[in-house]
Amino acid sequence: MEDKLNDDIGEAKRLQLWEMMLKLRLVEKKAYDLFLQNLIKGTSHLALGQEAIAGAFGVALQEGDYTFCTYRGHAHTLARGSSIEGVLGELMGRQCGLMKGKGGSMHLTDVEKGVMGSYAIIGAHLTIANGTALASKYNKTKEVSVCFFGDGTTNIGAFHEALNMAKIWDLPIVFVCENNLYMEYTAISEVTAVEHPAADRASAYSLDKIIVDGNDADEMYRTAQTAIKKARDGHGPSLIEAKTYRHSGHSRADPGKYRPDEEVKDWMENKDPIKNYRQKLLEFNIDEKTITGIESKIQQQVEEATNISKNSPIPDIKEIYTDVWADGGYKWHN
Amino acid sequence: MAQLTYRESVSLAIAQAMRRDPKVFFIGEDVGAAGGVFKATVGLLDEFGKERVMDAPISEQAILGAAMGAAMTGLRPIAEIMFSDFLAVCWDIIANQIAKTRYMSDGQINIPLVIRTANGGGSKFGAQHSQSLENWSMMIPGLKVVAPSCSSDVLGLMDASVKDPDPVIFYEHKSLYASKEQLENTNLSIPLGQANILHEGADITIIGLALMAQRSKKAAQILKEKHNINAKVIDLRTLVPLDLQTIKRSIIETGLVITVEENPRLCGWGAEISSLITEHCFSNLKGPVTRVTTPHVPLPSADILEDNTIPSVDLIINEVIKKVKGE
Ligand SMILES: Cc1ncc(C[n+]2csc(CCOP(=O)(O)OP(=O)(O)O)c2C)c(N)n1
Ligand SMILES: [Mg+2]
Repeated sequence: MEDKLNDDIGEAKRLQLWEMMLKLRLVEKKAYDLFLQNLIKGTSHLALGQEAIAGAFGVALQEGDYTFCTYRGHAHTLARGSSIEGVLGELMGRQCGLMKGKGGSMHLTDVEKGVMGSYAIIGAHLTIANGTALASKYNKTKEVSVCFFGDGTTNIGAFHEALNMAKIWDLPIVFVCENNLYMEYTAISEVTAVEHPAADRASAYSLDKIIVDGNDADEMYRTAQTAIKKARDGHGPSLIEAKTYRHSGHSRADPGKYRPDEEVKDWMENKDPIKNYRQKLLEFNIDEKTITGIESKIQQQVEEATNISKNSPIPDIKEIYTDVWADGGYKWHN
Repeated sequence: MAQLTYRESVSLAIAQAMRRDPKVFFIGEDVGAAGGVFKATVGLLDEFGKERVMDAPISEQAILGAAMGAAMTGLRPIAEIMFSDFLAVCWDIIANQIAKTRYMSDGQINIPLVIRTANGGGSKFGAQHSQSLENWSMMIPGLKVVAPSCSSDVLGLMDASVKDPDPVIFYEHKSLYASKEQLENTNLSIPLGQANILHEGADITIIGLALMAQRSKKAAQILKEKHNINAKVIDLRTLVPLDLQTIKRSIIETGLVITVEENPRLCGWGAEISSLITEHCFSNLKGPVTRVTTPHVPLPSADILEDNTIPSVDLIINEVIKKVKGE
């Protein structure tokens, strides 16, 4: 099929981005519904409103590349191609879950898809992502490692240790700061010495200052591609600060009352990455039927995966005792 | 083969692992060009080059994070933390990340790495450079804990640790670096979880680790010569996995047991061993388990203070005599 949009991204990629973002949005919404039905327990951190970042990287990355994300990582996991029932099943504590219920919402892991884990202690995974990047360099292979984290993470020591190490060893890694303006309940501006929490620190590690509209899927995709190519070509790390906003509170328990109403309204109504991208596709004269066709396809996939998850058995309690050690067990004395 | 110091056996053990397996690399602060602050890694940079012997910045979290990430892909890093006391600044990476990732990922991820670190007192370095911290890592599910007491054990246990598919914390004792052993063969492998008998005897069992195992051996020699007491000395070598069977066999024979630990009293490894002994050998015991530890204080620095804090050969002898006489 001939590409109507004869530009650097093109129609096919744009539809891929559209499908990707929509999947992330609809699964996350489903996760929220399942909470309300009490089918998902514990805590959970939704990435509603931030889909363009994980989505763009999901489209730009290749098989074999490594990604590391945070407890706000359902989207980042799905973006690598993990199954929807794998994610929802894990949130629901079912056997069909990616880790059969042993990790939960904050620790989604799918090594086969390059999802090298979701990390819930702020900052740690930046240092660990350096390790997979180091391995690619050591083995002289071409995988790229990508590490997603929040604005609040720029104030912990591990962030600074990791950037320095990545730079001195020119590791093939992309650090992506999703600046959603808040850490948990505190505005990042109130607790940070610089205006741009990641980008203003870049120069301290001889990195370029990169700030991007994280809610513009095209811009996000271009930025992702450039940084990934740089890493893959052996030219070292990048640090990207992507401006975005979460539509919901920090976690399940948080109504997000500390954010001014007008601010929330502005981001939800005027800067929603998905709403805006749909508009953009129409402006590019992409057939609306194609757009809605993708919408109903994803909707159907989410419903099917939800049913699979609901019908999947709960894990056997014997699972408690498995996989502490590589021999599969948990024994520590003879 | 000549005499080999504990220190030399560390670098030899690493070199042997690196010669055998190209997946093994070594990372730490001042480990390459400088050969390590304890000179336990001299010669590695010359033999293996910068790609496999990496001098890292003072970034303990980044060092262990990088080691972990590399291990997740199947490489087999050996990472050095200069003093075990510094494990505190990268404890998240060890206790939350390295230890738990296999379990949380439902076995999708293995983390075959070794963290080597200089542990223990005797050098008058004060409370932040002398601690004996095996128990910190012992209490975390998912970590194996190794602490060799002599050159041959350094060689054999390092070989097993590097080959092990799980993360290992390898505690080298600072006061043993200069100790020597005559070795016929340096290609040794000692399975993790196999204790060693350092002295035979049927009157009482003394259980020690690292420097305390060596002091217990010396105490046992003197007890035999001067006091006609025959003590069996068990060097645990590894706390996780633990060789409970060797402990049980000895207690069935002796009925009396002393653990000798270098750490402060509370939650030291001897407490766990003591609890296992009551659980598994209660009917064989002729008296309660005695735990010899440092008092529950940070380690002081001055000669006389440090020497009187860490269990000495004399202290072990006295405790054994009291125990055997039923005092
Ligand atoms: C070391 C550590 N400190 C504190 C927390 C508690 N905590 C969880 S999420 C969070 C906010 C993180 O903010 P940010 O990095 O901006 O990520 P976001 O949640 O906005 O995606 C905090 C403080 C933690 N998990 N780890
Ligand atoms: Mg934030």
